[in-house]
Amino acid sequence: MKIILADALTIAAKDLRNELKSKQTIGMMIIFSSLVILIFSFAFDPTNNTVKAIIPGLIWVITIFSGLLGLNRSFISEQENDSLTGLRVAPIDPSSIFLGKVVANLVLVIIVQLISIPILFLLFDYRFHGEMIWFLLIVLTATIGFIVIGTFLAALAANAKNSEMLLPVLLLPLLSPLMIGAVQATKIVLEQEGMKDAVSWLQLMAAYDLLFFAACFFLFEYLMEGS
Amino acid sequence: MKQPSAFVDRMLYILLVPAMFVSLYLIFIWSPIEKQMGASQKIFYFHVSTAWVAFLAFFVVGYYCVLTLKKPTESRFIKAGISAEIGVVFTTITLLTGMIWGKSAWNTWWTWEPRLVTVLILLFIYIAYLFVRKMEGTWEKIAKLSAVFGIIGCINVPIVFMAIRWWNTKLHPVVFGEGKNQSGGGVEPDMLVTLLFCIGTITLLYLFMMRKGIEIEKMRLTVRKAKSKVIEKLAS
Amino acid sequence: MLELKEITKIIGDKIILRNFSLALSPGESVAVIGPNGAGKSTFFKLAAGLMQPTSGEILLNGEQIKKKTHLLKKRIGYLGHESFLYNSLTPLENLRFYGKLYKVKNIEEKGMELLKAVGLHYFKDIPIRSFSRGMIQRLAIARVLLAEPEFLLLDEPHTGLDQEAVSLLNQLMKERQKQGISILLISHDFEQVINVCDRVLILNKGRVISDRNIDPQLELMSFKKWYEAAVIGK
Ligand SMILES: Nc1ncnc2c1ncn2[C@@H]1O[C@H](COP(=O)(O)OP(=O)(O)O)[C@@H](O)[C@H]1O
Ligand SMILES: [Mg+2]
Repeated sequence: MKIILADALTIAAKDLRNELKSKQTIGMMIIFSSLVILIFSFAFDPTNNTVKAIIPGLIWVITIFSGLLGLNRSFISEQENDSLTGLRVAPIDPSSIFLGKVVANLVLVIIVQLISIPILFLLFDYRFHGEMIWFLLIVLTATIGFIVIGTFLAALAANAKNSEMLLPVLLLPLLSPLMIGAVQATKIVLEQEGMKDAVSWLQLMAAYDLLFFAACFFLFEYLMEGS
Repeated sequence: MKQPSAFVDRMLYILLVPAMFVSLYLIFIWSPIEKQMGASQKIFYFHVSTAWVAFLAFFVVGYYCVLTLKKPTESRFIKAGISAEIGVVFTTITLLTGMIWGKSAWNTWWTWEPRLVTVLILLFIYIAYLFVRKMEGTWEKIAKLSAVFGIIGCINVPIVFMAIRWWNTKLHPVVFGEGKNQSGGGVEPDMLVTLLFCIGTITLLYLFMMRKGIEIEKMRLTVRKAKSKVIEKLAS
Repeated sequence: MLELKEITKIIGDKIILRNFSLALSPGESVAVIGPNGAGKSTFFKLAAGLMQPTSGEILLNGEQIKKKTHLLKKRIGYLGHESFLYNSLTPLENLRFYGKLYKVKNIEEKGMELLKAVGLHYFKDIPIRSFSRGMIQRLAIARVLLAEPEFLLLDEPHTGLDQEAVSLLNQLMKERQKQGISILLISHDFEQVINVCDRVLILNKGRVISDRNIDPQLELMSFKKWYEAAVIGK
């Protein structure tokens, strides 16, 4: 287990260092999420007070759409020189490839969130009153679930020629329970009422995270097996 | 060439056709008309039985996906695929009948009712599954990838249901059990008989379609194999 | 000792390898030659654990190569058609990354040593995106040798290399051979085959059609004639 973790960190560090060098993916993700916010502020007049109600949904819309960009890259980038095969012949457990990619993608998406959520609040003139700890916990739990299943399906979709199109089609239906929970819980925290419900949503999301993490962790080796 | 499976098919067919007519009779003539909704309630029988088959088909897909992962064989791979294709048909019918029901019961085409939304998401997962199967590559590879996706999708369905139920439980009549006081809740014995017979018939239809679909797919496979053999022979 | 016992590999409906058996003892170097599409690369992928055989088994020092035995893979150095390298990383970074995965000790030293051996040490800090085909191939060879594998599977290692690099590679292979490392080599360059290997297999349509030892005095022309006779004759 320790070795799996160490290998995973090696792979994640390689991806993140690459990203730090080029800043291509992360830059695109941030610009894209800002653009989504911009388009939404045209679609829903931000000066209108009722628009505050869509803020929780917007947080997740921008997370998912910008996250998809990063997820798409994470395995496509391994196809250059077929380096994924290099990882497959290396003496490592296939799960460590999965874990490494999850960590790298998670870091990318969290960075994007750290930038785009404040921008969202700013542009929609939203004052944050809820409890920060709960808000962060909810965002983190849902983001982990999204990245776990997203990374797994990105690895699956990377086998197809049109993987950029395939990934959202595969991912979004599977994300629906998580997103219901995430949006509801975020809404409760931002509106500061019914915290008990938020906790049970959080539990649902945590259960989802654990279940899918376990499933993906064990099924990943089937994705890495050749025919 | 006569095969033993042809006999089973014939029997299924002989059973299925009368069953169809009997269920139509039961639905439209024999069973009483529901008091509140009137004749439009009859669609409920189709709705419930197709919904049942939609979930059954998905369960079958999941079952064959697990088997495929254990040991990929062409037959398991084909069975999972055919079941998914039939599942798409039945989920679509379920959605349509559900919408018609919604229109006549609650005067709205769509409600965010847990079971209906679960079926909608089920449809999307089915379609995604079929997309995975349409990927390029050898069948072993596709079998593995689609099986993995099928299993993940299967795990997802109950969670979807729970999440949506939690989110919004206001509208649907809970037919068996809890919500006796809700409109349409609880079934009269005659209706129950009709419903169960319908479910049986549609399940039979599913079985029949499964067998036919598998047969056709296997024929296709035989033709393809023969073709590649000929090509190989010509090439060498 | 690498043993392949009656391997059959079917992909889709196609039989790629039929009843393929081979035993490779330490220090032996065997060339695998044959026309395109004969199944040579597939054989290597099976031996490297990238694919599972449809039937038959592959033993490495008596242990079967399966999914869970990924630690066995450390003993195998596989050079494929692609380089498996990251374009955005420098040669040293590439070696460092793979070195970590292969749990190589003192990576820095070894990396530098290998870069010198393949003649890339002047370029060690330039991302390999700008490298020529031959330079990348040199680095790919360094990557394979990094973990000091006991078995080398080299799939057409000479492609894209200039004369100097070819003799460098041959020298590297001969050195390894003296240390008791077994080498399997796919090549269409018969000159190098005669130069390096002491045994040769001809694979055609998934079958071994010929298996003989090479004596160093063998003429290139007679070798070619023998190969053509073997491939066309069957
Ligand atoms: N992943 C694959 N899917 C389908 N066919 C394959 C695959 N890999 C190899 N083949 C087929 O196997 C045969 C042998 O391929 P290969 O081992 O690459 O030949 P070579 O001897 O030229 O290296 C070819 O006919 C090729 O079409
Ligand atoms: Mg080849």
